[in-house]
Amino acid sequence: MTVENDTAPQFAQFAHPERLVSGDWLQAHLGTPGLVVVESDEDVLLYETGHIEGAVKIDWHTDLNDPVERDYIDGEQFAKLVGSKGIDRDTTVVIYGDKNNWWAAYALWVFTLFGHEDVRLLDGGRAKWESDGRAYTTAPESATLTEYPVVERDDTAIRAFKEDVLAHLGNPLIDVRSPEEFSGERTTAPAYPEESTLRAGHIPSAQNVPWGKAAADDGTFRSLTELDALYRVGAGLNDGDDIIAYCRIGERSSHTWFVLTYLLGLEGVRNYDGSWTEWGAAVRVPIVKGSEPGAVPSKWTQTLRN
Amino acid sequence: MTTEQLPAQLEQIREDFLGLEVRERLQLLLEFSNELPELPERYREHPDLFERVEECQSPVFIFVEVDESSIVHLFATAPKEAPTTRGFASILSQGLAGLTAEQVLGVPDDYPQTIGLTEAVSLLRIRGMTALLARTKRQIREKTAS
Repeated sequence: MTVENDTAPQFAQFAHPERLVSGDWLQAHLGTPGLVVVESDEDVLLYETGHIEGAVKIDWHTDLNDPVERDYIDGEQFAKLVGSKGIDRDTTVVIYGDKNNWWAAYALWVFTLFGHEDVRLLDGGRAKWESDGRAYTTAPESATLTEYPVVERDDTAIRAFKEDVLAHLGNPLIDVRSPEEFSGERTTAPAYPEESTLRAGHIPSAQNVPWGKAAADDGTFRSLTELDALYRVGAGLNDGDDIIAYCRIGERSSHTWFVLTYLLGLEGVRNYDGSWTEWGAAVRVPIVKGSEPGAVPSKWTQTLRN
Repeated sequence: MTTEQLPAQLEQIREDFLGLEVRERLQLLLEFSNELPELPERYREHPDLFERVEECQSPVFIFVEVDESSIVHLFATAPKEAPTTRGFASILSQGLAGLTAEQVLGVPDDYPQTIGLTEAVSLLRIRGMTALLARTKRQIREKTAS
C-alpha cells in the first residue's frame, strides 16, 4: 500500500519526481495509513528537541552502521530496525533531516541497498519545514511493531568498494568534498578534523563538485537547469555513463547519488562509501594532489583492464 | 581507569548516566543541553575571546576564565541546532564548576569516554567532548603559565 505521489509542479522537471515530497504534501498526508516519516540527522539529539508529528528516528551512526565492522547492518538487523519503526516492505517512507537532508539522503541510500521500493525525501528537510513555520512536537517516538521481511543487502547496484573504484578508473568519478580536501591542502573536512586520513588529495581524474552546490539557500534542491549546468556541463557527465561518487565516509556522496540518480535521471551511479577515509589510508592506490582532476597513471589503466 | 581522584560533580554525572538505559541517556544529555547557560553579559559582545572547538561537528566556542582564587569558569556557546554539542559543553561546564585549575588539569583526558555515552551517541561524536576538555585544559595552562 503506497501513498499517492506529490504532483507539485516544482518536481515535475526531475527524472523521478516521485522521490520528493513538499512540506504542503507532507502536512496534508501526516497520519495517512501506509506512510511513515523518518527523521535522520547529523546531530543525534535533534529529533528529541522537536520533530514532525508522528515521525520516527533513525540515526546513521547508532542504527545504520554495524557496531563492530565498518559496514552497514545486515538484512536481519535492518528488518529488526525498521520493523521497530512501524515500517512494512510496502510502506511509503519519507525521510527528512538537518543540513540540507545530508543524512536523510544517506539513510535513503541505505534503505535502497535493502531494496525498499518507496522511499522519498522531504525537499528542504528540517530547515525548510522550520522556515515555513510548520510545527514540531516533542512527543516520544511511538510506532506499531511490524514484521519486516529479512532481505539481504544488495551491494552490487548502487554501492562501490575500493576494488570497484580501481577497476573503474578511466570512467567518471565525482568527488563531492570541499575544494580544500580535494586539492589535498587538508586531510579532513573543514570542521571535521576527527575523521582524518594519512594521505591527502583525490582519486585521479575525479571532478570536484561539492555536494552542497546541489542545494539552494532554503535547503531545497536546485532546479534541473541549474543541476544540469553543474553536473552535465560542469563535470561532463552524460547519460549512459558509469559513475562513482565519493566523499569522506560516503554520506555527502549519497546526497549527490540521489541528485544524479533521481533528479537528473542518470542510471548506473554508485556511491563509494569507503571514500577518502579508506582511499587516503590505503596502500598502493593512486592519488593526485592539487585542484586539477589529473590523469589516471597508465600503470592503473593497463593492469586493471585485463 | 583512573577513578580515584575524579571530582565529585564529575563522578555524580557519570553515575547518573551509567544508571540509565542507553535510550534514557540521550534524554539526560538533552537536559544538560537545555541547561547550558547563556553567556554572561560581559562576554556576549566579545566573540573574539572565544576559541572555536574545531573537533566538534557543529560550531561551538569556548572561553575559560581562571579567577584570583584559581577557580576555573568555563563559558561555552553553541547553536540550538546542535543540541548534542551543547550537551557536551554543559556537562563540562557543570562538572568543572568550582574546581581549581589544578583539579581541572587532573581530570582524566578520557573522562568523556567513561560516562556511558559512546554507545548512546557513538564514539565518533564523543570525540567532540574529548576535544572540549582538552582545549579547556590548554587554555588553563596558558592562563596560569605566567
